[in-house]
Amino acid sequence: MEKLLIVILQLGLFIVISPVLSGLITKIKNNIRMRRGQSVFQPYYNLVKLFSKDEVISDTASWIFKVTPIIVFSSTLTAALLVPVFIFSAPLHNMGDFLCLVFIFALGRFFLALAALDTASSFGGMGSSREMFISSLTEPVLCLVIFAVSFQAGSTDLSALGRMHVVSISSIIAALALFLVAIAETSRVPVDNQETHLELTMIHEAMVLEYSGRRLALIEMASYIKQMILFFLIAQIVFPIALPGFGSFTQILFWSLQYLARIAIIAIVIALVEVTVAKMRLFRVADFLGFGFVLGVIALVCAMLGV
Amino acid sequence: MINILPKQLFLFDPLSFFFLFVILIVSLPSAIYSFGYLKGEYSPRKIILAQVLLIAFILSMVLVVTVGNVFVFLVFWEIMSLVSYFLVVFDTKHEKSVQAGMIYIVMTHIGTAFLVAAFMIMHKYANSFDFLAIKNACLIMPLETKNIIFLFLLIGFGTKAGIVPLHIWLPYAHPQAPSHISSIMSGVMIKTAVYGVIRFVIFMLGASSCWWGILVLFLAIVTCLVGIIYALMERDIKRLLAYSSVENIGIILLGVGLAMFFQSKNMPYLAVFSLIAGMYHLINHAIFKGLLFLCAGSVYKATETRDIEKLGGLIKNMPQTAVYCLVGAMAISALPPLNGFVSEWLTLQAFFLGVLNVSGGVKLFLGICASLLALTSGLAAACFVKAFGITFLGKPRSHHAKEAKEVPLSMQIGMIFLSILCIVFGLAAVKIINLLSKIAGCATGIDIAGMSFSFNNITLTAQMGNGIYLSAPLLMLSFVALGIIGFIVYRISARPKVVIYNTWDCGYYKLDSRNEYTATAFSKPFRIAFSFFLMPYRKTQKIRESFYHVKSFAYETHTTPIFKKYIYDPALNLVFKSAKFMKRIQPGSIHLYLSYIFVTTLLLIMFVKHF
Repeated sequence: MEKLLIVILQLGLFIVISPVLSGLITKIKNNIRMRRGQSVFQPYYNLVKLFSKDEVISDTASWIFKVTPIIVFSSTLTAALLVPVFIFSAPLHNMGDFLCLVFIFALGRFFLALAALDTASSFGGMGSSREMFISSLTEPVLCLVIFAVSFQAGSTDLSALGRMHVVSISSIIAALALFLVAIAETSRVPVDNQETHLELTMIHEAMVLEYSGRRLALIEMASYIKQMILFFLIAQIVFPIALPGFGSFTQILFWSLQYLARIAIIAIVIALVEVTVAKMRLFRVADFLGFGFVLGVIALVCAMLGV
Repeated sequence: MINILPKQLFLFDPLSFFFLFVILIVSLPSAIYSFGYLKGEYSPRKIILAQVLLIAFILSMVLVVTVGNVFVFLVFWEIMSLVSYFLVVFDTKHEKSVQAGMIYIVMTHIGTAFLVAAFMIMHKYANSFDFLAIKNACLIMPLETKNIIFLFLLIGFGTKAGIVPLHIWLPYAHPQAPSHISSIMSGVMIKTAVYGVIRFVIFMLGASSCWWGILVLFLAIVTCLVGIIYALMERDIKRLLAYSSVENIGIILLGVGLAMFFQSKNMPYLAVFSLIAGMYHLINHAIFKGLLFLCAGSVYKATETRDIEKLGGLIKNMPQTAVYCLVGAMAISALPPLNGFVSEWLTLQAFFLGVLNVSGGVKLFLGICASLLALTSGLAAACFVKAFGITFLGKPRSHHAKEAKEVPLSMQIGMIFLSILCIVFGLAAVKIINLLSKIAGCATGIDIAGMSFSFNNITLTAQMGNGIYLSAPLLMLSFVALGIIGFIVYRISARPKVVIYNTWDCGYYKLDSRNEYTATAFSKPFRIAFSFFLMPYRKTQKIRESFYHVKSFAYETHTTPIFKKYIYDPALNLVFKSAKFMKRIQPGSIHLYLSYIFVTTLLLIMFVKHF
């Protein structure tokens, strides 16, 4: 019963809180650029708007295009269930481990890339090809990060991450590598640009170009949640705080607050990175993630040396 | 005197049964499929020939994995190679088939030569050709001999399995055969080589030095990457699948290599665990690659082309085939909760446990291997997004694709069966792993009592890791439950009005299939990122009417086949050169030849007398 409650709470938290992170990043970016910027809650308004709008679907689209948003949404929420938030072990941590998380993200991405090809638009194809390119390069980095982080705990189970409470050199380097991955996976600036409206330069946005209305809303939700999961993982690696066992309601409230504080810091760092660097050419991304790979190897070596 | 007659003709142990099962599980659906596939494709007499060859092929494979004597093994191994050669050149319409068959038969015999050498050395020690006698003899064999036998076996079986750089024949031979044969060749035949490695190296020789495992791991990871990068570049759907088989053999050998490494390091649990991972991927690959080749065959049958640049939009005309192909593509891309995901997870986990438990620099090697495996799986996902997306989605790129018709039910049965297996082998992982553990225990000679691989009926675990769990059924449940929530959210929102309209075309008038992204374009980022290895080059040609007016422009892009260019072509040149040299002693005079025979006889007599 308690478990079910935690499941519902966790899902609720991810669904309700995750859009604000994007709002926060946009707000900070705008403020640094000396603009007033939109409200932090703009992503919610966008979602509400999208949910109440008509949809336009391409006449070449097949059922793949139609089911993709649901698959993306459900797989991302499943990933959210694996992450320990309120208590040290996630409610369904038997379901899968850190490595499994990578595969779950791959599921959503696979379908998004297919849906992009489904509409026969060359923008979609472009986005699909580039997204698969970038994501296939992030996977080895992620794997090294997982190995480095899990090495000390002796387990790839995410509850080991939830119990972590000391920060080591290895975990800082691993977090840095994961940060690069998160930039690539959440389509942030040096790799991709969420704000661009030029079809030729966008990657993730080009993939979902044909989506509108409620289906687009589901996909947007999923990408907010995925972003929050990645930020949380980074936060737990750099500012590790051992999470408690089952607790009372006030305790849960307390943990969720400190948890939000930690991921807000990551969001701020992301925003700072986004305004200070320029977007790079697509083929430079390989170097960018190659750097991540090197960091991952160093993190693994450090973990093996015990520092 | 060489004792050829076997005391024990057959050896039915769990390992043999496992491979028997793998062979049958792919061969049966392919055989059913063949009736529909061959009909109309060939003349009735040729169909009968094809079916006879098919039966001979399946039987020879069955016998290869069940005999208990090296000599008989070689005989059936050779029959298997020859029958498959005939099946490769079966399509005599294409000149390519003959060439592919040639490459295949030459390569496979180079492999067999090494096997014969290895078996001869084994026989020298065991004085018998029986597996069990050799197994006993291996206990007293000196390490240097074992090393040589191992290398010979690795080259011999590696050629059949298609490990890089011996993979050269695979992308030629597999696609040329009729599709149900491709499915058996890629799904099963190359697995008999893995059987050979497990049977002769792990079961008999018993992985003696730790560098054996490291060598296999190194070759396997290179095989993975090379296979998948070439697959990504491919636009012929069957060649793409053949290259992807190279990749998957790499993944299987990663499990096997790890098992060898752990066996030599005396870590029984990890050895069994890794071998399970390898064998699990082996059977999974048999299933989904068999399925994908059958799908490719259906597409070929319906559109008469294997070039995916000429396909597209088939999901509308061939909805069922599209579903089977999607299942296969998802499984091979290791997406949860299908079978490929479980076995790749197990392999990664075996690496992780290795990193945790071994000491020294090998740790780092294992870690990097694991990350490269992750890269491979990322690239595989990209490759199958391309293969499925360009073939089945979007708009048809040719007349044939537009007119395609769904294949008959008789061809679909096999695909349905294999698709269901893809799902079952993902969800029933615990059951399968418990069975596989017995087989792995038998192969490695390790007592598996007290080892556990599952937490409960639906959750996998690893005893040595500090609580590592994976439950594909729970994942499935979660996907479905949350998918339903997503659907409800979708349904209850205010206005369910959906408009069907053109794809966004920037105000341009109606897009057609020429505006679509192509497979070559899709793989362009990869071509550039891996250009150090692929060495792409362009051929451009301007066709001019006059100096000032270019009428049309031809543009081709190619990648350099480096293995062919830098290894096989020089080797072939060497063979031709030496043949030319040898020609001098064959001037055609019968007197000279008689004197050769005389001299040879003399030398032989002297040799026998002295030694």
